[in-house]
Amino acid sequence: MPRPEPAVLDEVDRRIIDALQGDFPICDRPYAAAAETLGIGEDELIARLQSMLERKVLTRFGPMFQIERMGGAFVLAAMAVPMAEWERVNSAVNAFAEVAHNYRRESALDTPFNMWFVLATETKEGIAAAVEKIETATGLPVYPFPKLKEYFVEMKLSVRNAGGAA
Amino acid sequence: MSANDDLDRRLIVATQAGLPLVPRPYHALAEQLGTTADEVMARMNAMLERGTIRRIGAVPNHYAIGYTANGMSVWDVPDERIDELGAMVGALDFVTHAYHRPRALPAWPYNLFAMVHGSSREEVLAKVAEIEALLGGDCRRHDVLFSTEILKKTGLRISNSAG
Repeated sequence: MPRPEPAVLDEVDRRIIDALQGDFPICDRPYAAAAETLGIGEDELIARLQSMLERKVLTRFGPMFQIERMGGAFVLAAMAVPMAEWERVNSAVNAFAEVAHNYRRESALDTPFNMWFVLATETKEGIAAAVEKIETATGLPVYPFPKLKEYFVEMKLSVRNAGGAA
Repeated sequence: MSANDDLDRRLIVATQAGLPLVPRPYHALAEQLGTTADEVMARMNAMLERGTIRRIGAVPNHYAIGYTANGMSVWDVPDERIDELGAMVGALDFVTHAYHRPRALPAWPYNLFAMVHGSSREEVLAKVAEIEALLGGDCRRHDVLFSTEILKKTGLRISNSAG
């Protein structure tokens, strides 16, 4: 999928995104509770979330699981893909359910790795198996970069594009 | 696998693509899973407390909300200093993730990864220059990899079968 342009978001959409990146309530009517703090109605919050999901402003709305706490693993991995083989390799890699995210990246210097993906598996052993399957399917080496230590993880970004599309 | 674990697992499978967009989402899940809304809410609370659920809410597409430049800065720093340096870099307000990862020599000499988001490449590069200044002589080499295309973004998908 091509990189999307900044979306057209009105002030209410922006407040929803800024306020609801965590702490969504666990109660009988959570949308009503969240809507009340935003000063909008329950129906409107649900409709706006639906619309932002359809427009791909949000990639998801719901719980974010930390699979490591269940014995699973998330591992960043990279490949150096020759441009002539890009489409074939991209399709092959994305076809694996274990590939949770995949990004094309270009280096400011001379790094050969241009495809970076995250493997998510239910067991730690699943990572090595997924690496092997991807190497077999693509014919290219996969370099896993498991995290040895995490110094900070806080993926809460406030909306930048005030007033909608630039 | 115990019945308890099995219900947690079925809850994960039922919600990993998202929470139902209906007024009573936990009731909808309970109906789907053949249990009570109280049980679903108790499980969700317990998973939040244990950290199995990191958080519940919106996951924005960072391009769509204006962070059109996303740079993975990577650094080759001395292993014996990495925890101190990693904590320093991770504390910067413009760094959203920082990790110690293994090198893959000779192709990959970098052991510290710090994700920097911004509205333009220039903004990201200026922030990367701040990190470089902060690391000083401990930085032997660095690079920045900009994402140019999202090829896939589905998130975690575990299968419905017991694992």
